[in-house]
Amino acid sequence: MQSQLPLLPEQASNFATSVDSLALFITAICLFFAVAITAAVIIFFFKFRRRQPSEVGTAIHGDMRLEAAWVVIPLILALTMFAWGAVVYVEYRHTPTDTLDIYVVGKQWMWKLQQPTGLKEINELHVPVGRDVKLILASEDVIHDFSIPAFRVKMDVVPGYYNTMWFRPTKPGRYHFFCQQYCGTNHAVMGGWVTVMEPADYAAWLSNSSGMNVNPLGVGEKLFAEKACNTCHQSDGKGQGPSLNGLYGSTVRLADGSTVKADDSYIRESILQPNAKIVAGYQPLMPTYQGQLTEEELVALIAYVKSLQAQPGARTASAVAPAPGKK
Amino acid sequence: MSTSITAPAHTMPRQHYLNSSHSIRSWLLTTDHKRIALLYLLSVTFFFAVGGIFATMIRIHLLSPSGFLVSPEMYNRLFTMHGVAMVFFFLIPSIPAVLGNFLVPMMIGAKDLAFPKLNLLSWYLYIIGGCFLLYSFFIGGLDTGWTFYTPLSSIYSNSAVTPAVLGIFINGFSSILTGLNFVVTVHTMRAPGMTWFRLPLFIWAHYATSIIFILGTPVIAITLLLVGLERMFHLGFFNPNLGGDPILFQHLFWFYSHPAVYIMILPAMGVISEIIPTFARKPIFGYSFIAGSSIAIAVIGFFVWAHHMFLTGESVYAALAFSLLSYLVAIPSAVKVFNWTSTLYKGSISYDTPMLYALGFIGLFLVGGLTGLFLACLGLDIHIHDTYFVIAHFHYIMVGGAVMGYVGGLHFWWPKITGKLYPEFLARIAAVVLFFGFNLTFFPQFILGYLGMPRRYHSYPPEYQVLNVMSTAGASILAVGYLLPMIYLLWSIKYGRVAGPNPWPATGLEWKTDSPPPTENFHVTPEVTWEPYDYENRPDLGLVAGVSPVAPAHGDD
Repeated sequence: MQSQLPLLPEQASNFATSVDSLALFITAICLFFAVAITAAVIIFFFKFRRRQPSEVGTAIHGDMRLEAAWVVIPLILALTMFAWGAVVYVEYRHTPTDTLDIYVVGKQWMWKLQQPTGLKEINELHVPVGRDVKLILASEDVIHDFSIPAFRVKMDVVPGYYNTMWFRPTKPGRYHFFCQQYCGTNHAVMGGWVTVMEPADYAAWLSNSSGMNVNPLGVGEKLFAEKACNTCHQSDGKGQGPSLNGLYGSTVRLADGSTVKADDSYIRESILQPNAKIVAGYQPLMPTYQGQLTEEELVALIAYVKSLQAQPGARTASAVAPAPGKK
Repeated sequence: MSTSITAPAHTMPRQHYLNSSHSIRSWLLTTDHKRIALLYLLSVTFFFAVGGIFATMIRIHLLSPSGFLVSPEMYNRLFTMHGVAMVFFFLIPSIPAVLGNFLVPMMIGAKDLAFPKLNLLSWYLYIIGGCFLLYSFFIGGLDTGWTFYTPLSSIYSNSAVTPAVLGIFINGFSSILTGLNFVVTVHTMRAPGMTWFRLPLFIWAHYATSIIFILGTPVIAITLLLVGLERMFHLGFFNPNLGGDPILFQHLFWFYSHPAVYIMILPAMGVISEIIPTFARKPIFGYSFIAGSSIAIAVIGFFVWAHHMFLTGESVYAALAFSLLSYLVAIPSAVKVFNWTSTLYKGSISYDTPMLYALGFIGLFLVGGLTGLFLACLGLDIHIHDTYFVIAHFHYIMVGGAVMGYVGGLHFWWPKITGKLYPEFLARIAAVVLFFGFNLTFFPQFILGYLGMPRRYHSYPPEYQVLNVMSTAGASILAVGYLLPMIYLLWSIKYGRVAGPNPWPATGLEWKTDSPPPTENFHVTPEVTWEPYDYENRPDLGLVAGVSPVAPAHGDD
């Protein structure tokens, strides 16, 4: 149980213990130096206090061996901290392949979160315990930051970019999440609760909440027609733009010879800044949709593009694989 | 320590820079670096008071989880204006423009800075920039955070951003001119015998600071101007809806604002490097390492800026590089602390007020520097980034370090500046009150931060209340610690005992002339024949056997 004055937040994700051990390691090193130097200062202060008004100290100009020691030893310790920190960091940034994908849109001053089924929540997030969860973060206006202290995770939510973060909740319960990047007047109330549930409870919660369920696929399909995307991106590949069947998760060859993995960020960029990456064999004809789509509409469109690989008429057989995060 | 030595009675010199002329005009059009330093002293004290009042209101507001003093809009304005006033108009100019201005020419044996008129211009630019800032405060205030992150500052904020960024833009030229002046002065105006390795470490620190002033300040000035242009004319530099990039702003902002931390701390380190050998009465340990580490900090400090941006979506490789470089910049700071501590060994240590500030500085800077190792660590920064841990860390550096250095330096050179001694007992009490008040204010914030409390929150979950109340209690003690020196230093100008030329005694050239010095600083051009901080070959200090000792430096015994 938590004491009255806890020093650590609850440990409720896969990152919590590794981050806390790292913190403990650095604290121990720092305490050692802090205590050693403070003790030296206090001892010298009393031991060498001035006894005669005209007393002068002993002239000592330096010592190369000491200088070398206190360059090299702190350097080694600092590099150790760096290396350990880097290992933990790489784990943060190495998202597992099979994740439960949640779309998170921040706007002044609320969070909209969308489950893979399309179920939307506001300032609440429900996730099953023990499952790898990936958050895909977008902002409608200024920079926000999604942070869950009990999970030791945090990521800026930057307008114009998709940032992602992942975690695996390890303990059922309710935990704060905060907006941690100052975003204007009500920054302090732009937060909510993460509820970590047993998988069975989570499944039950999902099906019971289906009344609020808006299928993003349907919205995306409608947008795809409304914005006339389908006039160029025809499923048989005969349009002026490339077919999008089997696109998501595949590797795309670009006009400049390089390749890019077709993930959420790539599709988002191709809608908003079509000329940034031109697919090999096609002309830069597509107009920009910058400013014409909300972040939520983009999410719906991407969900629709993702779904295209399950449909017949896909470009290659190998691309017909379940999208990451969908079972 | 009171002593039984009978002090030779000192009298004030008949002619000095303070009484050479009395008209307001002679102050406002002065080109005397000492008078300009005093103009700066008054103006930075004003902005310190403004920023301090905002800080007090912030701490009172946070006594209760729902916040009980002001509205969210007002709270956001308070912390923004606190930050802008303190960083740009107090901390950055404090030591360089007040103590540096006064001491750089005196320490190297010069009559003035190389460009006295530019020096006066730099004060006027500061005042004009400051007026823009105050105008912004009066017409509704500023609510972007002192970091001005886009697109909040450039598009979404409804507050008076434009006059504030123009004020900082103008003030930037004040810094650039000061830096330029110091570099040229140190290169060209050293007295005979004052070689580079005989320079006081205060000069080395200011030389390093000046490099940052000159190279870094143009970047922040232009960046904030771009924010103003985007606001006024909707040019798309940073706004993604206009094709701009909000992250570009952060790169430009921190390219200056991280080195700016060193602008604040390097001069304070210079002050400490003067105080410690003086009150231990022995040469500083590892002179060349302390001098070299100042330059190393200034240079490496330019290559760590993106450690403020580990969570923006920065690439893993960039994050690794900036984390590594951030650890490297910690080493020269550590070297300084080790050398200062070693200087105490076999010293003749006195308990005079400046020494209490110097030792307090070591303690607080140690905590501030060591907690930087937590933030430079990639795996840890994710959890503590943008929490109160960061607030605590940089207040330990900027207030515990820079302000302790500034106040300590003011006490150390006060007899030189005014010719008078302050009441020693009261001053020691104030130093101790500041030290404890500071720790009570900011130490709880490390724990708050690790527990996850975000910065810039006008209300917070109730479980964070106990630590917030502790912090506010500490802040009230801290306020007393700042008010005391303001009162007794002012008192001492009229009622303090006459100090004499070298009350401590200290070894620098500035102590080889009257207190207060004449307008031309020295009656004859000094010649330097001794090594820095040498007490053994300096019979003129009156400490060698057979020579009658100088007066004790205390005003109350």
